[in-house]
Amino acid sequence: MECNCIEPQWPADEILMKYQYISDFFIALAYFSIPLELIYFVKKSAVFPYKWVFVQFGAFIVLCGATHLINLWTFSIHTKTVAIVMTTAKILTAAVSCATALTLVHIIPDLLSVKTRELFLKNKAAELDREMGLIRTQEETGRHVRMLTHEIRSTLDRHTILKTTLVELGRTLALEECALWMPTRTGLELQLSYTLRHQNPVGFTVPIQLPWEIYAWRGGCSSARQWHVHEMELVEVVADQVAVALSHAAILEESMRARDLLMEQNVALDLARREAETAIRARNDFLAVMNHEMRTPMHAIIALSSLLQETDLTPEQRLMVETILKSSNLLATLINDVLDLSRLEDGSLELDIGTFNLHALFREVFNLVKPIATVKKLFISLSLASDLPEYAIGDEKRLMQTILNVVGNAVKFSKEGSILISAFVAKPDSIRDPRAPDNFPMPADSNHFYLQVQVKDSGSGIDPQDIPKLFTKFAEGKALATNNSGGTGLGLAICKRFVHLMGGHIYLESEGIGKGSTAVFVVKLGFPQRSSDSKLPFVPGPILSASQGRTNFPGLKVLVMAENGVSRSVTKGLLVHLGCDITIVGSGDECLGALTPEHRLILLDMNLPGTDSYELAVLIREKISTRHERPFVVALTGTADRVMKENCMRVGKDDAHESEELFSVNSKSTTA
Amino acid sequence: MDIVNQLQRQYVDFLSSLYREGLLDDQFLQIQKLQDESNPEFVNEVVTLFFEDSEKLLHNLAVSLYVDQQNVDYQKVDACVHQFKGSSSSIGAQRVRNICASFRTCYDAKNLEGCLRCLQQLKDEYYLVKNKLQTLFRLEQQIVAAGGVIPIMG
Repeated sequence: MECNCIEPQWPADEILMKYQYISDFFIALAYFSIPLELIYFVKKSAVFPYKWVFVQFGAFIVLCGATHLINLWTFSIHTKTVAIVMTTAKILTAAVSCATALTLVHIIPDLLSVKTRELFLKNKAAELDREMGLIRTQEETGRHVRMLTHEIRSTLDRHTILKTTLVELGRTLALEECALWMPTRTGLELQLSYTLRHQNPVGFTVPIQLPWEIYAWRGGCSSARQWHVHEMELVEVVADQVAVALSHAAILEESMRARDLLMEQNVALDLARREAETAIRARNDFLAVMNHEMRTPMHAIIALSSLLQETDLTPEQRLMVETILKSSNLLATLINDVLDLSRLEDGSLELDIGTFNLHALFREVFNLVKPIATVKKLFISLSLASDLPEYAIGDEKRLMQTILNVVGNAVKFSKEGSILISAFVAKPDSIRDPRAPDNFPMPADSNHFYLQVQVKDSGSGIDPQDIPKLFTKFAEGKALATNNSGGTGLGLAICKRFVHLMGGHIYLESEGIGKGSTAVFVVKLGFPQRSSDSKLPFVPGPILSASQGRTNFPGLKVLVMAENGVSRSVTKGLLVHLGCDITIVGSGDECLGALTPEHRLILLDMNLPGTDSYELAVLIREKISTRHERPFVVALTGTADRVMKENCMRVGKDDAHESEELFSVNSKSTTA
Repeated sequence: MDIVNQLQRQYVDFLSSLYREGLLDDQFLQIQKLQDESNPEFVNEVVTLFFEDSEKLLHNLAVSLYVDQQNVDYQKVDACVHQFKGSSSSIGAQRVRNICASFRTCYDAKNLEGCLRCLQQLKDEYYLVKNKLQTLFRLEQQIVAAGGVIPIMG
């Protein structure tokens, strides 16, 4: 076969040929084994995204290997088939290797970046590790703190707390020495209180100044320790906890002390109370006994003095006896007052509640005080509000005592002027005591009302400074004492107690000496129930009581002989008011005509023109001869002089009075 | 209620002043007391009666003393003055009554000049008391109109 080689084929060097042959063989081997290895390991690895690339690569290598393998046959004379196979193989190899080369252009940067990412992740992992380490340290610290806190707070004893702190801190932080400085009493210096190693610390004091360091320390600092942040934090936290624990301990100590104190006080109070009770009992017993013992002789004195008064005495003796009586009465009053007051004080006094006539009570007080007021030439007036109920439920006797006392004081301390007594139902606003405004705010319910009584006088007045003293027992203001009032000083104190018992209050006002004074008191009274007293009118009014109270002589038959005029009207009015059954005549003949044995009283006007009243009296006596039926004959005259009286007596008139005295006479004579 | 209190105060003060000046005495108080529900206009009636009576008596006295000065009928004068005394003391007009007493001494002595003087005084006092009483009643009416109660005096 002719070969077209340019160069003449040189005789194949046997050795070179042999080596080529071997190398090709090994290359082929390698080329075949590499893909196998690749396939094997890729199969082994779970994740490999570039399988297709490897197939390509594998194919490329295989073909390269095939080429080299087929090359083996070309060393010797080879047939055309081999050549064609060789060429095909080469072509294929070329194609695949080009494809692979192209593909690798894309792949290699990726593969390289994988490497970078791996590096990055490694760094990250290292970082996380570091952080983990930190967290663990912190957690460690936290655990220590909790443990320390637990130790510190498990006790409430100061010393234990501090000692524990030091010990635990020392352990946790591996301390050589730990010292505790606490502020002194003055708060300006810090004093060394506790140390860990040295059991008895010397009391160093260092003034507080920031920042501060301890330069000299016993034993010296062997090395400078680097304090970690977390360790400083730990110490800070512990310091806080210790502070809290200490304050708790202090509070507990305080409360224990307070409790002990309270117990002591309780015991002492109990003892005092029992002593007081014993004292009160003793006093009550004493009072009860003395009361009886004192009253008996007192009554004897009063009774016998009164009897003595009735006998014949010289003026001197009479004066003495009167003085004795007056003094004894005063003493008796004082004894009663003292007993009352002491019963009031320990609350053993109870009110006698009952239904009574309020209007009548005021009138009675008025009537009692009027004579004295008249003697002292004082004008006294009583005004009862129209809405004041006529009947009320309360303690009548003590209410009267109170009113009498207050009014009596007004009269006592007024030398001239007027006294105005007014009583009305108090409005809730006016109930308030100006001196103690929070005292009685409650409005009266439908069953009760507040009675307010004001007594205003224009007398000597009270110094405002003395007003608080007035209600204290036995205390008298200066002005009062100089007036020689002779009061015991108990009256107002008792009134105050009564008023308080009745759920009210009492106060005095005065603008000063000589400017008069006003006494005001408010008491709580009950409304009488409709059902129990059906006769009583619920609408208040002075009507019924006035006429009821005044009918002293109901139906008394009276014969009046008087001239028509003012005097007759007045006389008639009086007698009608007294409830008498009167017959009025204008002359002596009419008088005799109208006279019947039923007439108990005959009033004759002495100056009736055309009638001789003396004669008339004689005729009357003759007409009614039987003694027990004889009426009482009274002469009304303008001048009741002695002559007239004698004449009257002569003719058998029983009495002669001037017309002005008629009113009092009537009461006296008709009750006879 | 304030107005009523004020009026009541006024009333009390006025009445007190009448007593203080001696125009009225206790008798008037007693008469006031006689007035009640069964006799609501008692004081009014009595006082009106007094006014009427007194006018008549004064007229009679004037006639007796002025008309025939040579022959004065002292008996009549006596009767009038006596009645005046009675009615004024019944009502409590103190000063009027006192003048009546001195009047009596005059006509007992048949002293015409004295009598005339007394009559004049009597007239003056009477009109004064009448005036005051009328004022008093006006005050009472005001109090009642304002819804209050007339204070009782002692």
